Amino acid sequence: MKRLTSREDLIALRRQCTEAAEYETKAIMVCGGTGCVAGGSLDIYARLKELMEQQNIPVDVEIAEIPHGEVVGLKKTGCHGFCEFGPLVLIEPQGWLYTKVKLDDCEEIVEKTIKNGEPVDRLVYKIDGEIYRKQEDIPFYHKQTRLVLEHCGQINATSIRSYLSIGGYSAVEKALFDMTPDEIIKEITDSGLRGRGGGGFPCGDKWASCRRQKEFPKYIVCNGDEGDPGAFMDRSIMEGDPSRMIEGMIIAGIAIGAEEGYIYVRAEYPLAVERLRLAIAQAEELGLLGDNILGTDFSFRIHINRGAGAFVCGEGSALTASIEGKRGMPRVKPPRTVEHGLFDKPTNLNNVETYANVPSIINRGSAWYRTIGVESSPGTKAFALTGDIRNTGLIEVPMGTTLREVIFDIGGGMRGDSKFKAVQIGGPSGGCLTEKDLDLPLDFDSLKKAGAMIGSGGMVVMDDTTCMVEVARFFMNFTQKESCGKCVPCREGTLRMLQILERIVEGKGEDGDIELLEEIADVVTHTALCGLGKTASNPVLSTIKNFREEYEAHIYEKRCPAGVCSKLKVYKIDPELCKGCSKCARNCPANAIHGEIKKPFEIDQSACIKCGACMSNCNFGAVKLEA
Amino acid sequence: MNQDFDFSVVDAILERHPQNELSTIAILQDIQEHYHYLPEEVFPRVAKAIGVGEARLYGVATFYENFSLEPKGKYLIRCCDGTACHVRGSQPILDRLTRELGLTGGKHTTDDLAFTLETVSCLGACGLAPVMTVNGTVYPAMTPDAASKVLKELRAELAAESADQNAAEAGNAEAEPEK
Repeated sequence: MKRLTSREDLIALRRQCTEAAEYETKAIMVCGGTGCVAGGSLDIYARLKELMEQQNIPVDVEIAEIPHGEVVGLKKTGCHGFCEFGPLVLIEPQGWLYTKVKLDDCEEIVEKTIKNGEPVDRLVYKIDGEIYRKQEDIPFYHKQTRLVLEHCGQINATSIRSYLSIGGYSAVEKALFDMTPDEIIKEITDSGLRGRGGGGFPCGDKWASCRRQKEFPKYIVCNGDEGDPGAFMDRSIMEGDPSRMIEGMIIAGIAIGAEEGYIYVRAEYPLAVERLRLAIAQAEELGLLGDNILGTDFSFRIHINRGAGAFVCGEGSALTASIEGKRGMPRVKPPRTVEHGLFDKPTNLNNVETYANVPSIINRGSAWYRTIGVESSPGTKAFALTGDIRNTGLIEVPMGTTLREVIFDIGGGMRGDSKFKAVQIGGPSGGCLTEKDLDLPLDFDSLKKAGAMIGSGGMVVMDDTTCMVEVARFFMNFTQKESCGKCVPCREGTLRMLQILERIVEGKGEDGDIELLEEIADVVTHTALCGLGKTASNPVLSTIKNFREEYEAHIYEKRCPAGVCSKLKVYKIDPELCKGCSKCARNCPANAIHGEIKKPFEIDQSACIKCGACMSNCNFGAVKLEA
Repeated sequence: MNQDFDFSVVDAILERHPQNELSTIAILQDIQEHYHYLPEEVFPRVAKAIGVGEARLYGVATFYENFSLEPKGKYLIRCCDGTACHVRGSQPILDRLTRELGLTGGKHTTDDLAFTLETVSCLGACGLAPVMTVNGTVYPAMTPDAASKVLKELRAELAAESADQNAAEAGNAEAEPEK
């Protein structure tokens, strides 16, 4: 590819890519997100290619530099979001979505759909007797507004030409040639864009403050350390539309006056790292990154740093320390990151989704952006919808959408016949919301008021078989393990809270434990050094607030109402069903089962260690569990 | 410490990175990728090359969860215990694997260095929960029984390999007298 040295060069290349893409009259988009890859989508991609080549069907995996007649475009895309039904294959121009595609389905897809233009109805989404051939008609997609994720699943995530063919890099072009840095910042400020990483800090204010700093060089840092268990929005953007995020970072560089950018990606996301590397290399080759971009005096480079497994590195000062090759521990603030960030220089730190919002704001303007979402939180938010819900996956909705719409309309309600109990938003830093909060609009301020937070956007839906005390213990266990140990309140406080919670789920809770938890939580929240500690108590406090009776049942009645906590389970042998075969007794590691052959056996509750070996070994279903 | 440690791999890795503190994590990641852990012999060498103290390097290596100072098993089983996997029942899977591998007292690796069992908080494949990976290959929608089955297959693979090896050695032994 030739290096672009002017605005005209970029416009010409973009036109050429768009025109060449028009020759792709049919296209097969195979989902290449982590979920579908795990389901075998890359093999499906290879098989489709092989089949079409064997049958001499012209197929292009990259948009041709010189078009050679009509072809079928075969693309490896980013996450389509409907992960529960993966591997997914989207057929264009018809917009048909094939779900749960297997290797053996490839021949039929080529034969029926590509050759004859007929749908393979066996593979399309069906629910409640209705057939949904088109992706946009499926209820899961219908209520969504895909803005940041608009290209995820629609373009080839490994090709900058594919990105250019749909107008890519037009925002960088506009920012470089038609706007001053102050105008860019004003546009972002006017748009009301708030940081999508958790806190919801106004993005324009941050950029303006970083621009005002007198010291140079300045740095642009992108936080892709999406460590919240149960959240994968940023991963999907990095994998599915890496160039969009890179464009956002370049624009931030122009606005703030920085020439170096760093992307910090979690180690668990190897595919995201690969796609970003590719997108950066392709942009460098075209001169969209590097010295004198498009012939201007603006230069910008982007480096990738892989994390090494530390949740706390999602905190700003810990993240910059980690990029510097140090232990990722937060420091006391102020000074803030915009003043003393990476290498002690002024640094603008935003997360992946925030940068990915920037190009469309620059292209379409802040007034347009404000038409989406609500007054105090404009725009959309991506959520990772997981847990005991029918349609798990990646979704994007306008801010202000209610929880009910998300869980029951988009998510399709609960799995099986289970009943909705709670939803945890914002991962280990967030809180849980219940039935009474279902009509709450999802935006930064409403959630905060309700004791939860948007956080990065993980949304874990739980049904009535979930024990909330156990969930609180789970999150505290996570936070305690991830506490870096620098400040005493977090290091000691999370450990003490974890010990209390462990005691409660083991049936050793004592009177006063709930109050003690609340007291420690209060101290940790007010005295911890960084966000990790300050928010660590949220899951405990919100489960106590909403499910106090469950705590009390564990502590005073030694009973787990959801029947989850294994130490509180009671195994009993039903004398009616027991044949007296002695298999359970022989397999009991604690010798807690006694009896005579051919007569019902009995479990000695004082010796039972609740391992469940008797239950899994009984051939007659005579061992029963009582909650 | 092993006096005869072969530094060629470490030196090649050092060559690939700018030799300063900024490369600390990237260099340790490459070494870990090769050995599946960080042999203690590498610390003085790396510390000197990038100009930081050994203690500091050790501090970085012990801070991040991905680095291990202990050798790991041939098969690295990572059981996801992220929120989504947890609520869909990852704990029983973990319990089953721990029991079948005979890992007690907080050990993660079997004595024969065949298996290492770790938990990981979220692989980002929440739609397929509960998930586990074996040397990077993802196994979706696991159950305790499915995990047992995978373990059985891996053990069979190991047995087949060592049988091959024994056969090869036996073959060599037989072949020798003819030489």
